[in-house]
Amino acid sequence: MLEIEIDGKKLTVPTGSTVMDAANSIGVHIPHFCYHKKLSIAANCRMCLVQVEKAPKPLPACATPVTDGMKVYTHSDMAVKAQKGVMEFLLINHPLDCPICDQGGECQLQDLAVGYGQSGSRYEEEKRVVANKNLGPLISTDMTRCIHCSRCVRFTEEIAGYQELGMPGRGEHTEVMSFIGKTVNSEISGNVIDLCPVGALTSKPFRYSARTWELSRRKSVGAHDGLGANLVVQVKNNQVMRVLPLENEAINECWLSDRDRFSYEALNSAARLTQPMVKDGGQWKVVGWQEALELVATKLKGITASHGADSVAAIASPNSTLEELYLLRKSLAGLDIRNLEARTRLGDVRFETKAAGWLGQSIVDLAASESLLLIGSTLRKEQPLLAQRLRQSVKKGLKLALINPHDDELLCAVAGKLVVRPDQLVEGVLAVLKAAADITGKAVPADIDLAGVEVSTEARALAELIVAGEKKSLVLGNIALQHERAAELHAAAAALAEIAGATLGLLRDGANSVGADIVGFATNKDLITANKKAYVLLHSELADLKQGAKAAFEGAEFVVAMTSFADEARDYADVLLPVSPFSETSGTFVNMEGKPQSFNGVVRPLGETRPAWKVLRVLGNILGLNGFDYDSSEAVRGDVLNGDIAKVLDNTPAKAVAVKAQATAGLVRLAEVPLYETDALVRRAPSLQATVDAESAAQLRANAATLASFGLVAGGNACVQQGGASVTLAVAEDAGLPDQVVRVPFGRATLALGSGAIEVIKA
Amino acid sequence: MTVYVKGVVFEGVDFDDPKHWGIEAYMARGGYTALKKILSTGMTQDEIIAEMKTSGLRGRGGAGFPTGLKWSFMPRSFPGQKYLVCNTDEGEPGTFKDLDIIVDNPHALIEGMIIGGFAMGITVGYNYIHGEVFEAYERFEAALEEARAAGFLGDNILGTSFCFQLHGHHGYGAYICGEETALLESLEGKKGQPRFKPPFPASFGLYGKPTTINNTETFASVPYIIREGGQKFLELGKPNNGGTKLFSVSGHVNRPGNYEIPLGTPFSELLEMCGGMRDGKKLKAVIPGGSSAPVLPADIMMQCTMDYDSISKAGSMLGSGAVIVMDETTCMVKALERLSYFYFEESCGQCTPCREGTGWLYRVVHRIEQGLGRPEDLDLLLSVGGNIAGRTICALGDAAVMPVQGMLKHFRSEFEHHIEHKQCLVPGF
Amino acid sequence: MVTSNQAPTLSAESQAQIDRELAKYPADQRRSALMSALRIAQVEHRWLSNELIAVVADYVGVPPIAAMEVATFYNMFDRAPVGRHKITVCTNLPCALSGGYKAADYLKQKLGIGFNETTADGKFTLKEGECMGACGYAPVLLVNNHSMCNHMTPDAIDKKLAELE
Repeated sequence: MLEIEIDGKKLTVPTGSTVMDAANSIGVHIPHFCYHKKLSIAANCRMCLVQVEKAPKPLPACATPVTDGMKVYTHSDMAVKAQKGVMEFLLINHPLDCPICDQGGECQLQDLAVGYGQSGSRYEEEKRVVANKNLGPLISTDMTRCIHCSRCVRFTEEIAGYQELGMPGRGEHTEVMSFIGKTVNSEISGNVIDLCPVGALTSKPFRYSARTWELSRRKSVGAHDGLGANLVVQVKNNQVMRVLPLENEAINECWLSDRDRFSYEALNSAARLTQPMVKDGGQWKVVGWQEALELVATKLKGITASHGADSVAAIASPNSTLEELYLLRKSLAGLDIRNLEARTRLGDVRFETKAAGWLGQSIVDLAASESLLLIGSTLRKEQPLLAQRLRQSVKKGLKLALINPHDDELLCAVAGKLVVRPDQLVEGVLAVLKAAADITGKAVPADIDLAGVEVSTEARALAELIVAGEKKSLVLGNIALQHERAAELHAAAAALAEIAGATLGLLRDGANSVGADIVGFATNKDLITANKKAYVLLHSELADLKQGAKAAFEGAEFVVAMTSFADEARDYADVLLPVSPFSETSGTFVNMEGKPQSFNGVVRPLGETRPAWKVLRVLGNILGLNGFDYDSSEAVRGDVLNGDIAKVLDNTPAKAVAVKAQATAGLVRLAEVPLYETDALVRRAPSLQATVDAESAAQLRANAATLASFGLVAGGNACVQQGGASVTLAVAEDAGLPDQVVRVPFGRATLALGSGAIEVIKA
Repeated sequence: MTVYVKGVVFEGVDFDDPKHWGIEAYMARGGYTALKKILSTGMTQDEIIAEMKTSGLRGRGGAGFPTGLKWSFMPRSFPGQKYLVCNTDEGEPGTFKDLDIIVDNPHALIEGMIIGGFAMGITVGYNYIHGEVFEAYERFEAALEEARAAGFLGDNILGTSFCFQLHGHHGYGAYICGEETALLESLEGKKGQPRFKPPFPASFGLYGKPTTINNTETFASVPYIIREGGQKFLELGKPNNGGTKLFSVSGHVNRPGNYEIPLGTPFSELLEMCGGMRDGKKLKAVIPGGSSAPVLPADIMMQCTMDYDSISKAGSMLGSGAVIVMDETTCMVKALERLSYFYFEESCGQCTPCREGTGWLYRVVHRIEQGLGRPEDLDLLLSVGGNIAGRTICALGDAAVMPVQGMLKHFRSEFEHHIEHKQCLVPGF
Repeated sequence: MVTSNQAPTLSAESQAQIDRELAKYPADQRRSALMSALRIAQVEHRWLSNELIAVVADYVGVPPIAAMEVATFYNMFDRAPVGRHKITVCTNLPCALSGGYKAADYLKQKLGIGFNETTADGKFTLKEGECMGACGYAPVLLVNNHSMCNHMTPDAIDKKLAELE
């Protein structure tokens, strides 16, 4: 510990602290632009110059290490003169176009200029003008305003993991830009907007739509992945105008994924459903809520009466709130309907955890692992901010290893990897398990047959990595959990975790997947192919479900869609109930680490839209059920989460599953849900849909040899046939895939495809 | 190839011999005996560093930091890789001594670096060479090949366990890379933007490893010091200013070139060695230590001796030993305009005061030169300069300001004349 | 991405030269050879187009924007086409005192072009340079970045121009 005195206040700080750290710890504000606690120290803006006793020159607080007994003056004549001098330099070439700048009102330069600037300028030479850059559909540029702090550049390199932005040029000709012709494509790119201390980088979707002081700020929670990023939703005239991160060091830190940041565009989409509608003789007609719900009640009662309760199924998006799911379960239970599923993309009905499947530990603990074996995950797309956090952990020593059916860059150092065909993922885990059993001399469970499992050098290296050390984690990602042999992967991974003494974790895809498990939205039946007589859909759409859903819905007697959008379910539903997206309801998401996060609606529901939990409360009453007199969502939550949540989390396989290596051959499809295909909101956010990532959702990718074997060329087209249907996709090369693997994503572009054998021909 | 007076570095070099730069000629004049002495007599690292301290050798790149002291900062017992770097990015206007060392006596530098590597327990070195002198880079590469072939470089040098690899690395046109941390960034393949210090290169240098950086002339002086002893070197100069030093003399003299003379030699003697003023014109002013040093008028300069202390006392600096001589026909406004343009052009752009301030200074001086000056511009220049100096990451900010301050201190009336009459007092260049 | 047939390539000789530079640095510090690699590519193609910079970045293994930063920071890299012979004249103060501007003016008049211009036949491009570290030999000029010419009086300039094909 070191003693330091700042503006006469004495304090002690840990060795290695900077003057800025010390000042921040006692709430002394030192003006700055380039300094950011999450980025490397640049010391280039010079705004934080302070006086240090015995130093002949003012020193930058952000970069000056505290020495014992140091005396710092942040507002002395020397400090203020230096700070004012810097401010003058920053302003001489700044356009001072605050009245038309989106940053106005939340601009660090504007704020500090009030304190440190002059009313007039001594600079009478010509001002600099800098051409704007095209950074893609999310980030708007006004580069003349740039003050060269380099935060955005450091962000892409250090936080996002790949330098997409740079500062070509020299001296005052230096300009922030991407490589000529390239956009910024990181899945967390929007953070540079927040980082930019001036209006050089602003939100493109938000551009010129509001002045920041017109916006009210309301807290919410990210609704698109299992992280549960904390949000500040900004609202004007009852409309969501913008979404920003709310800092929560334990979850999203100060960052936000682009998915969480820009998906709000869908909230204001013209496709929103605003009134209850029923199909009457093939025609849609607007009805009142009472009429619609009475129809639903009557139909459900009728079908359960005539065909039995098992003929009805409810399928909910894992982004539904805990309260919505609970009341859906409770109301259907009144009709004895037990077919409930929110694991909409589950590929293996045998997959079952003892209690709710979760990360197995907190996000912070996971990141503090010594080693982490990630199985079947395109982590950067599945959980963008978790990938970011692990990237920082790797820099601090985390050994991150992978078993994956692709070789996608995690943009950090990887300690080991095993790349296998997607249909050999189980065998990949078994190889590591066998090696780990060899190394430790421990036995594997009897249900796991290791006969015929070959241990490659890579598999052995992974085993050595995961058995060594103290704090180890083993995590199954979306590819594993959506795998058609997910239960075997689960069993093999659990056995490996046991042998290695590692914590087993499941990376859940939805914002409330863990909560849905807690409520009980998990059956071990395939509710789609079972062709039920009636379906109740909550926020889920065809692109959330397995192949064949459309046929099942069309063949059903009755489908009620509780949805925020009018443009899809009208094709197969009989009743459309406009329910609130996350922004228009109170509710709770339980994130991947088992942390319930409740939020309020940030705007009033659009039109006749109502929060689903309220709709279901009314339905319960119409059905004549008891226990539906909740007066708040908190009361609903209280019925679900009424004890220690740790007791309802358990990743242990519920039943033993026989696991055995299988030989596979021939062409195989790697089907994943692309970054911007995850849910109804994301799919309707135009700016996200204009990104390079969205473009790749309609691509077939394979390695060069595989492409050549089908006569395909990158940039051309391919016709993909599977399950009796075919689609045409653009072709791109992916050198990281094993031979005879085609990466054909699961999304709207490939919705028609079935499952099973796949064929590819040149189109 | 214009070293008119030879001292420590160029001792014995016969410029008439076309292979004077080669290893044979170098060894014939006693080259590599210092290295052999160390390796055969078991001279210790401490003894070498002590000898360097005794010599009073001060860094010849411009800052004049005592070399022996710098070498003692290197954590010799540091377990990981360490680096030795030579700064031959000579781009300070007026300076051209290192060019001649590389071209005409490269092995003195190589031997000096090998000894430095030995003394500090370093096994890998790089020499960063100014981009514009690409032929010198090629010459250095050729000399390295000779040294490798002769067993002075590489693994198990002269049959001992000592290993040292040395490589050439060239710049490609950026003055700022002469600043040692910018040089390191450039050597790492990045824009040459100086790093904030601390940490200093001795603890966080090339690739984040402990690194010692010295100037070409500094390293090239090492073989002499080891061979002849630090005391002898010291006695060549004067106390606190040991040895001979190369002075690059340019401008209005009859014989511009390099003069390797004892520190402490009167400027008037140096001027005589240069054949006096060109065309018999009168001396007006001298920039005594490279373009960044404040200008000194003739009367002050003629009282100075050429060493760190004397020039510093006169209000300027010896710097790299670049002496820019200007005669009575030189327009100081034009001279400053050209220098200000240089610093504006060469500012790396990283930190605010330099990026914004050097352009401001240049534009105002340019305006004055164009006859569009205003009386208040001179105070504005000083004020803007005051907001740059001491506020930047590296010394380029100060370097851009010192010429302005020096000119306005000694030749303010000439600037006032220019503003009032919208033209030069004298014809200029 | 569609690969254009016009995408520049690095010759085997250039690649071998870059490999020699790469060998100077630790295996995990390939970026250190970036400046040399760009220089070698420029010598082969005479100037650094965006496409060529991307090719070099890929060869060295750095993000293209990192190579762009380097290619635009160091002023001996040419980011626009130049003539067969690029002549750079130093006009910094020490050279100016010894005829730097006179040499530049002579070249301008002789070639009929100004700074940053190329003769109509594509033979010569004229540039103004900063200190080359050869002030004692003023006036100095640099031909094609790598060949320095000292004491360039009008006669010497005439002779040099005649030599250049």
